[in-house]
Amino acid sequence: MKVTFPHMGNLYICVKGMLEFLDIEVILPPASSKRTLTLGAKYSPEFACMPLKLNLGNLIEASELGADTIMMAGGCGPCRFGYYAQIEHSILQDLGYKYNLVVLEPPEKHITELTSRVRQITGKKSWWKVIQAIKYGYLKSRAVDEVELMSFKIRPRELVTGETDRALAEALKEIDRAGNMQELKLAEVRGKEIMNDVAVDSRRPVIKVALTGEIFTLLEPFANLNIERHLGRLAVEVDRSIYLSEWINDHLFMGLLKGIRSTKEYCRSAAPYLNHFVGGHGLETVGSIPVYARQGYAGVIQVFPFTCMPEIVAESILPKVSAANDIPVMTLIMDEHTGEAGMVTRLEAFVDLLERRQNRGYTMKNAK
Amino acid sequence: MPAGVGIPRALLYYYYYPLWKEFFKTLGCEVIISDKTNKAILNDGLSHCVDEACLPVKLAFGHVLNLAAKKVDYIFIPRLVSVAKGEYICPKFLGFPDMVKHSLTGLPEIIDVTINMRLKHRELSKAYTQVGKLFTGNRVKIWQAYRRGEKALKRYNQLLLEGCLPEEAFAVMEGKQKQSKLNSHDLKIAVIGHPYNIYDPYISMNIIKRLNSMGARVVTADQLPEEVVRREAANLPKKLFWTLGQRMVGAGYSFVKDNNIDGIINIVAFACGPDSMTGELIARSSRKAGQTPFLNLTLDEHTGEAGVVTRIEAFLDMVRWKKSQQAAGLGSA
Ligand code: SF4
Ligand code: SF4
Repeated sequence: MKVTFPHMGNLYICVKGMLEFLDIEVILPPASSKRTLTLGAKYSPEFACMPLKLNLGNLIEASELGADTIMMAGGCGPCRFGYYAQIEHSILQDLGYKYNLVVLEPPEKHITELTSRVRQITGKKSWWKVIQAIKYGYLKSRAVDEVELMSFKIRPRELVTGETDRALAEALKEIDRAGNMQELKLAEVRGKEIMNDVAVDSRRPVIKVALTGEIFTLLEPFANLNIERHLGRLAVEVDRSIYLSEWINDHLFMGLLKGIRSTKEYCRSAAPYLNHFVGGHGLETVGSIPVYARQGYAGVIQVFPFTCMPEIVAESILPKVSAANDIPVMTLIMDEHTGEAGMVTRLEAFVDLLERRQNRGYTMKNAK
Repeated sequence: MPAGVGIPRALLYYYYYPLWKEFFKTLGCEVIISDKTNKAILNDGLSHCVDEACLPVKLAFGHVLNLAAKKVDYIFIPRLVSVAKGEYICPKFLGFPDMVKHSLTGLPEIIDVTINMRLKHRELSKAYTQVGKLFTGNRVKIWQAYRRGEKALKRYNQLLLEGCLPEEAFAVMEGKQKQSKLNSHDLKIAVIGHPYNIYDPYISMNIIKRLNSMGARVVTADQLPEEVVRREAANLPKKLFWTLGQRMVGAGYSFVKDNNIDGIINIVAFACGPDSMTGELIARSSRKAGQTPFLNLTLDEHTGEAGVVTRIEAFLDMVRWKKSQQAAGLGSA
């Protein structure tokens, strides 16, 4: 059995770690590329959301490398994600790719549905070992989040352009390479050191911008056209409304781990504008705006793929939220035709606006 | 003066109008529906809704504005979370009332009660009680209104099963029209799509009437009993959690197998999320069965009527040709 799974940013580091912890052979799809998207878009329904297209491309490319089993997360609606695995699988079957599909999702009737699915992957491994593996995968995702968070702060202040990206790649490699709990602890320390070694100008003025929106697009640099990197180079310190470990907890562990950073605050802040969940992270997107405004961010950028339903609901409410909280919000919609250059131009204009707003704020304060 | 409750002629109006109308009328309200879709309504919707939204939601915005212009006292836009156990409609139905409230100004009071039967069936009567309380303190009266609404809905569903189209069924129920006899048509064409697309003559470019005049009898998913639809949809690798999608796929599967159906037209709305998935499932099953001619039509605000007509005509020609071949025993299938 050679297991593969679709990419979503650095998700592979934890899932691969988890599977290898159980001595399961993993075939990673090549990182998402133009080819991946072209392949995926060619065989997907036209109005499918971009994550589905990229997933499909990943799975085709992994099959070319010999993968025979797909492991995917699922869900029970209301958004399309809950049916991704089944649609992708049937498209692949029709194309002649032989795949066994295992979907980890909340059982429809009984918990044994889930456990037997897990068993398909883990074989006779003891549940104790499986739980250890899950914990291990989760700790990897936390480590990934840690170094990414550091990169958000370092990138806008780096002295040599591109140093942060190089260091981040190296730090992630350390975490990826770790083969057991002890090594992971060391790798995390080393990763942080690598990040701290990047030379920075700590007095450089930066502005803070938050990224919010659809999770896949937020986490997958190929889908968001490296938005974090581009913002960093515009001297912007970014934050993201959602992190990998949160997604893992929500989707792979079905919220089993309680008390991690919770999205409750977002939901509470959304209440005056949107009082009901709308699938995906639409509610969190709306609620993240007041939260970031309170935290002193200069602006927020909502990103989502074309036709993404929950985010379209959010988008139509955002102008109100933005005005009420006095924080500019820009929406970026990604599809296979969005160009990186065009996006950078829009980012520059937005950052420019934020800077002017801030300066105006200062002069107004000084005049008082 | 009775309170005027406006109901937009959009979205699930096509499934629930008889219930809603009877309910509000029994409570002593005057029920006002928005005008039939026309260019002005559509344009109004387009200019007030975010670009990325699907056509039906944009159109629904237009209908809400149309009602606002009629100076109604309330607009009824329930939050339709779920109308069947364990299922949803679409994320946009979950957020529609909020999209409306935060994008449009100068609206009358919005009744945006949440209807969620995902958990318990009882929720439904609770939701209507909540609405009823706006108009009367008399619980018995509310209960009566709801019961009458349910009865009207039952009658309506029966008319649909018998082959009536929604607007025709509404007219029959109001006694304005006799149930029309099914004319003799040489072809039987299944039209699959969201009710608010296929039954809105403006949006669908009058596809049903047009097919009729071209000699085709039209069947839709709503003429299939619920059990059939669900039984067919059970063939899916996993239960579909969209009620409308399930209906469309179930009907699609059933039409594909039905030898009396000469052709299938699948209508999808531009940028509709669920359609992108269900359309794929239906098209795949039809390709696999390989018998029944299949036409996919995508509707958007720029779709030209002439183009659609040409495609339908060509499709029917093909269907007729195939049928004559089969009749002559030359069928290649
Ligand atoms: S949240 Fe958006 S991108 Fe994700 S499945 Fe739903 S529609 Fe697609
Ligand atoms: S089901 Fe499709 S057409 Fe209907 S509201 Fe949702 S996205 Fe729009």
